[in-house]
Amino acid sequence: MLIRRASDVRSSEITDKKRYLNRRAFLQTAVGLAATSLVGAEALVQGATPARHGRKLENIGRSALSTNEKPTNWENVTTYNNFYEFGTSYDSASTYARSLKPEPWTIAVDGECARPGTMNLEDVLKGKTLEERIYRHRCVERWSMVIPWVGFPLSDFIKQCEPTSKAKYVEFATLYDPKRMPGQGSSVLRWPYLEGLRMDEAMHPLTIFAVGLYGEVLPNQNGAPLRLAVPWKYGFKHIKSIVRVRFTERQPLNAWQGYAANEYGFYANVNPTVDHPRWSQAHERRIGEFLMRKTLMFNGYGDQVASLYTGMDLRRYY
Amino acid sequence: MSDRTVRVLLKSLVFLVSLAPAAWLAWATLTGNLSANPLGDLTNETGVWTLRFLCITLAITPLRRISGWNGWIKFRRMAGLYAFFYGTLHLTTYVIADRVAGLDVPNGFIAWTTLADLARAVWDDIAKRPYITVGFAAWATMAPLAVTSTAGMIRRIGGKRWSRLHTVVYVTAVLGVVHYWWLVKADIRRPVAYAAAVALLLAFRSPSERTGNRCALPRLVPNTHPSSGPRPPFAAQVSN
Repeated sequence: MLIRRASDVRSSEITDKKRYLNRRAFLQTAVGLAATSLVGAEALVQGATPARHGRKLENIGRSALSTNEKPTNWENVTTYNNFYEFGTSYDSASTYARSLKPEPWTIAVDGECARPGTMNLEDVLKGKTLEERIYRHRCVERWSMVIPWVGFPLSDFIKQCEPTSKAKYVEFATLYDPKRMPGQGSSVLRWPYLEGLRMDEAMHPLTIFAVGLYGEVLPNQNGAPLRLAVPWKYGFKHIKSIVRVRFTERQPLNAWQGYAANEYGFYANVNPTVDHPRWSQAHERRIGEFLMRKTLMFNGYGDQVASLYTGMDLRRYY
Repeated sequence: MSDRTVRVLLKSLVFLVSLAPAAWLAWATLTGNLSANPLGDLTNETGVWTLRFLCITLAITPLRRISGWNGWIKFRRMAGLYAFFYGTLHLTTYVIADRVAGLDVPNGFIAWTTLADLARAVWDDIAKRPYITVGFAAWATMAPLAVTSTAGMIRRIGGKRWSRLHTVVYVTAVLGVVHYWWLVKADIRRPVAYAAAVALLLAFRSPSERTGNRCALPRLVPNTHPSSGPRPPFAAQVSN
C-alpha cells in the first residue's frame, strides 16, 4: 500500500470524542451543501418543448411597418423566453407556463384618464383591427430574434381611455398570482413586474399591444393573453400578461430599473454606443446564427423614432 | 483481482464519468438538443462544470478526513485536471462564440491580420470587463497547476514547495465564484450555492481547523520502498 497508518500517534494528539463528533457534523453539513450545489442546483440543459399550436386569429391585416427579415422559427420563439414569473431559466416559461390560464382575462384602467374601469379582454379587442407586425426583437442580453406578432396599435387602446392632460406616462403591470405564476414565489424581482412608456412613445404607431404570434393566439410563455411590443427598445420593456394600465404624471419605476438602476434605465432604447456596465451592446447574436450582427441604433427603427429623443443625452437616459 | 487492477479499473471509470458532461454537450450540440442559443448554453455549461470540478478537487481532503479512507487522494489530480480541461473548453467557447463571432473583419476571415485582430479583441475584453478579467485570471491560475501536475514535476519542484504552489487552487476557486457572481443578471442563487460550497471547503483548511485535529485521523506518511531505493514522495504531498 502506498499510504499507511502511522503507528506512533500519542494519546495526547488524539482529539477528544465530543470535538471530533462536532467536527464530523460540521463536515457532513458542508459536504451535503457542496453536493447540492454541485449536482442539484443545476440540471443539464433540457430540450424544452415548443408551445402547442393554438387557435388561429382571423382577419389579420398586413402592415407596412413589418420587416421583411426571416422570422425566427416557432420552436425558438416559444422555448427561449425570459419570463421570470415562471423561473429564471430560458426554458422555465415553456416548461411551467401552462398554469397561467389566460382566459378569462380582465384589464384594469386607472390613473389620469376620463374612463377608468375594468374590462374583459374581449371588450378590449372589440372594434380593433388586428395586424401582423414582424418586428426585430433585441434582448438586453445581446441576443435577438425576428418575431411575427399579431396585435393592434396601443394608441387605439389609449384613445379609448381618454387620458387627461396630466397623463405624461403610461404604466403597465403584469398579473401577480403566485399560484398561476410560480416564479413569483422567489424574490428575484419585485412583483408585480412593472413597465412604463412616455406618452409619445406609447402613442407611436410602432408600439402595439400584441395578442398573437405567427397568426395564432399568444402562447402562455410569450406573455398571453396581452403584451407590449416596442421594437426599438430592449426586450425587458415588452411587458407580458398585462392586467393593469395606469396613466401617471410621474415617470414609473420599471421592474429592472428598480432592481439595478445603474444597469437598466427607464428608456432602454436599443443603443450600440451605450454599453451595459458589464457587457458591450455593440453586437448581438440573432438566434440561429453563428456570426454576431452589429446592433443598430434604435434596433434599426431610427427613421421612425429618433425624433422622439431629439436633444436628449442618451448616455444619461439609457 | 489485485489491488492494482481495482485501482486501474476505478480510475478508468472515474475518468470516463468525468468526461461524460463534455461528451453529452458535444452530442447535444450536434443533435440540436440544446436551447435556441446553443453557444450560450455551451459557454454556461462548460463554466459551471469547471466550478464543479474545482469543488470536487477541493473536497478530496475533507472526504479523506471524514471517511478515514485515504484512497480519495488518488483521484485528486484527475479532478484538478478535469477542472482545467472544462475551464479551457469554457475559455475556448467564449473566444470562438463571443470574440471570433463578433470580429469585424474588413479583409475577410482568412486575412493574416485576423489573428492579430482576434488577440486584440480578446485582450480588450479582458482589460475592460471585470467579470472577464476575473474569469481569465481564474483560468490563468489553473494553468501552472496543470503543467506541474506530473510526478516528474513534483520531484523537480520538491514536495513542500509543490504543495505550497498548489494552494493557488484556492485562489482559482474564489475567482471562479466571483466571475460567476458578476456575470449573472439577477438570479444569484447558483453563484451563492457555489460560493457557499467553496467557502466551506476552504474553511476546512483554516488554521483553526487544522491545529490539534490533523492527527485524529490516519496520517499520511512518506512512502518508502526499501527494496527499490528512493521514490518520488507522493504521499508526502497529500498533507493538505
